[in-house]
Amino acid sequence: MSQRIVSAAPPPAEPPSAAVIEGSAAKKIEGRSPWRLGLERLVRDRAAMISLGVILLVVLMAIFAPVIAAIVGHGPNQQFSSTGLTAIGQPKGPNSTFLLGTDDLGRDILVRIAYGARISLIVGIAATALTVVIGAVAGLVSAYFGGLTDSVIARFIDWLLAIPFLLLAISLVAVIGPSLTVVIIVIGFFGWASVGRIVRGQVLSIKEKEYIEAARALGASPWRIMFIDILPNVMAPIIVYATLLIPLSIVTEAALSYLGVGVPPPTADWGQMISAAQAQYQYGAWWFLVFPSLALLVTTLAFNILGDGVRDAFDPRGDQLFV
Amino acid sequence: MSTESAVSAPGDDDVLLRVENVVKYFPVRSSQLFRRQRDFVHAVEGVSLEIRRGQTLGLVGETGCGKSTLARCIMRLYDLTSGKITFDGHDISTLSRRTMRPYRRDIQMIFQDPYGSLNPRRRVGSIIGDPFAIHGIASGQERKKRVQEVMELVGLNPEHYNRFPAEFSGGQRQRIGVARALAFRPKLVICDEPVSALDVSIQAQIINLLADLQQEFGLTYLFIAHDLSVVRHVSDTVAVMYLGQISEIAPTSQLWDHPRHPYTDALLSAVPVPDPDHADQRERILLVGDVPSPVAPPSGCRFHPRCPKAAPTCVEQEPVLQPRLGDGPDHRAKCHFPVADGEDISLARPTISAGARIIETGILADSDASLTGLGPRDGS
Amino acid sequence: MALLEVSDLHVSFGTPDGIVQAVRGITFDVDAGQTLGIVGESGSGKSVSTQTIMGITRGARVSGTALFEGRDLLTMSNQDLQQVRGAKVGMIFQDPLSSLHPFYKVGWQIVEMIRLHDRAMSKAQARARAVDLLRLVGIPQPDRRVDDFPHQFSGGMRQRAMIAMAMALNPALLIADEPTTALDVTVQAQVLQVMKTLQDEFGTAIIMITHDLGVIADLADEVIVMYAGAVMERADRRTIFVANHHPYTEGLLESLPAYGGDRERLRPIPGQPPSLINLPPGCPFHPRCPYVMDRCRTEVPNLDPVGGDSAHLSACWLPHDMRARNARRKEVIGRALPRPAEQGTAPAEALAAPAETAGSQ
Repeated sequence: MSQRIVSAAPPPAEPPSAAVIEGSAAKKIEGRSPWRLGLERLVRDRAAMISLGVILLVVLMAIFAPVIAAIVGHGPNQQFSSTGLTAIGQPKGPNSTFLLGTDDLGRDILVRIAYGARISLIVGIAATALTVVIGAVAGLVSAYFGGLTDSVIARFIDWLLAIPFLLLAISLVAVIGPSLTVVIIVIGFFGWASVGRIVRGQVLSIKEKEYIEAARALGASPWRIMFIDILPNVMAPIIVYATLLIPLSIVTEAALSYLGVGVPPPTADWGQMISAAQAQYQYGAWWFLVFPSLALLVTTLAFNILGDGVRDAFDPRGDQLFV
Repeated sequence: MSTESAVSAPGDDDVLLRVENVVKYFPVRSSQLFRRQRDFVHAVEGVSLEIRRGQTLGLVGETGCGKSTLARCIMRLYDLTSGKITFDGHDISTLSRRTMRPYRRDIQMIFQDPYGSLNPRRRVGSIIGDPFAIHGIASGQERKKRVQEVMELVGLNPEHYNRFPAEFSGGQRQRIGVARALAFRPKLVICDEPVSALDVSIQAQIINLLADLQQEFGLTYLFIAHDLSVVRHVSDTVAVMYLGQISEIAPTSQLWDHPRHPYTDALLSAVPVPDPDHADQRERILLVGDVPSPVAPPSGCRFHPRCPKAAPTCVEQEPVLQPRLGDGPDHRAKCHFPVADGEDISLARPTISAGARIIETGILADSDASLTGLGPRDGS
Repeated sequence: MALLEVSDLHVSFGTPDGIVQAVRGITFDVDAGQTLGIVGESGSGKSVSTQTIMGITRGARVSGTALFEGRDLLTMSNQDLQQVRGAKVGMIFQDPLSSLHPFYKVGWQIVEMIRLHDRAMSKAQARARAVDLLRLVGIPQPDRRVDDFPHQFSGGMRQRAMIAMAMALNPALLIADEPTTALDVTVQAQVLQVMKTLQDEFGTAIIMITHDLGVIADLADEVIVMYAGAVMERADRRTIFVANHHPYTEGLLESLPAYGGDRERLRPIPGQPPSLINLPPGCPFHPRCPYVMDRCRTEVPNLDPVGGDSAHLSACWLPHDMRARNARRKEVIGRALPRPAEQGTAPAEALAAPAETAGSQ
């Protein structure tokens, strides 16, 4: 090999010296990618880790809902008119048979909450995934190509954001008919606009960076630049936004179901339960309202705190993951 | 249009790059709602030059002179407003992205900023392997091998293949940039301020590296820098740019020993020299004011508002880039009243009225006798 | 008594990866009316030291003393320090775009500065003074420009405005941290000229921090060379260039193209600066030093006088007798003296010249 390149200084003897910059910040010790560093920081965040634990519990509850049902011996849609309701047909409070009480049709609330978790999580994650994918692609394409493409997509985003979501969701579902798929699509389709806008903003500034110019100088096609060079640099804000979008999707789904245009009965669903519980509350059936509400609250809160933690862990000041 | 004749005949095999009357304007974005008269930034205004195989052309100039824009025009990162660029006998001036692609293996660029020119989210091996991936040459193990070969060539440890740019020092990152540019042994390498952002002791390493690579692979360089001593060291020929035009071009030693254009003279005298005796003795030619805006360049000779020798001719007529004062065909200056050998222009006074010296911003350039032609530093 | 006396200054920062020792025991002083040049590359600690002295670093652990007119700046209360800043010590930074507030007119910023320290002055008086200052630094039509915003100034003018602001209260000391690095060379010449003129007129002492040895040759009276947070050499301007002792100073000069003559291979300093977290033992420069000896790897050299001259100090284990030093220099790098080659003089000729010892002995 070219040993005659004498001027090229061989790396100094170990210990492998990290680069040095004047001032307060020190460079990272080698071997760690920016992702790993962010993850390490996340792990150190206690609130985020507790939230992660709670989320895992909810996920487990959702996965093992049939097991829970088998253990207590009640199906989610089984109506126990004799054991589950009082003499006058009112829901029974928490007791030894029904740990969290029953609803107005004598169904086991505990089991229904467990099954309801499935709906919430599925919608939350699927809708968010849909949102993020559409939004990211739209934002990338819009910002990178600029010109007419950008004008069209950006205006379309503005238009989408101006539409009153719930009203349109209700109308759509009224026309198509309620189902889980429709709910996911509706939430996903309206949500991508905000992701798209954020991604577009990020890409507009990344586009001007020298390493993008270098990629063009090498002859890279626009698609390659978008997905191999730009996308990894936009992932951080996308991921942060996604973790905050999940609880939003969950709550939106609950709202839709609450209004009666979400997942149709008799499927167990938190929003629906809350809606039905309202009528029963006046009769003193507090458990019917409180437990599903708590479930929704805790899950959403956990995702929100985790989202905050993710954002702090991948914080621009420490790591320059944001542009 | 000014007729700037090329020095060699067209079709000369020795000439790798020929730039003819390249013009590049950028529109200034005025309000989109109200269509006003569009202003343009005259970034490059009719530049012609040639680079012969194996040579290094140095390009110097200050902010707003258009050297970086010119480089990107040559790289076809921009479309030309007008003009012609011939590379290795092929006209690449108006090629589309797709037809330009094969030429990109032969023209490459090294960028200025070691921190901004590498994608922070990609590993070094992937960054250097990009040329191979983009042009579909070598994959998998074969690609890795070739990438590691290039890494060694530029003085990087091939075992650092999987590291991220953040884990390297500035000088090492610049080496990564060089490796990326040299992956395909291009014919022409445009170095856009490759050492300006590096520490002084590291600059010399990279300069030596570039020199060695040039020798080993017969590379041709277009070397852009604002540091005159670096340019002097690496270049065979040097072109000085001012406000989008070449004001003077000459073989290196001739430019330093016999500068013809007053701007060149002022530039050379302004450079701080690391020699205390020299610093004490020399006469500093201080230019008045700052570089005017390239949106509305001055009439006639663009340098006239700041030139110590400005005369009415300079305001009315744009000079032609041609040999002056009996210089050979390789040494050309764009000046009506070039500097003669031994002439001290710090003693010159412009003969145009003060009104004619209004700079773009509408501010009168003070002839400020207290600032021009100041003598040596008082021994205090 | 010197205007500013810094003794054994240590500055370190805690980071997740370890403690960064940015400044490791530096001592220097500045006399009234004098210019001290601080030369160093990135990581040398040159900016951190002056910023710490002025109390504008955050999260630093500091020890040592910095006596300004007899009072220790490092232990002063914030209130007292604010009075010193601006009035007694002015600072100019590298990027005037970020040190001038973009939303306020330049004149207003200067007026604010003046009135902050001199409450007796009326707005009209302060404004008149601002116009005077702008004229002083060579900004044309200062009475109009005083009402402009920073973005309406060009780079060189902005830097001059910064100088005007720094000089507004006629401080005894001006700290200039890479003031011309971001400027074009012709503009740099103008700005340096302004600084020289002001110094001549007002007798201001200047600390000029830079990596550019050309600027040092132009401006400085005394020079200290910093590396990895410590002072490697201190001497007067001439000595640093023609009779330096420390291999780092020598290496810096040797690596400059201006020294190399035409098309000769440059002589870089191999390797790169060390990590300030994991410093090598002994002399911080030893991994890159062409003169390295066993002692250098284990013992940190003291900053000792060279050739009996207490004004010329060097932190190096090489013999402090200049004749012996030059003999070793000839052995290792082939030059008798670190003189810049005259135009056209090949290195071989420099070798043939008798080994003079200009300056110290």
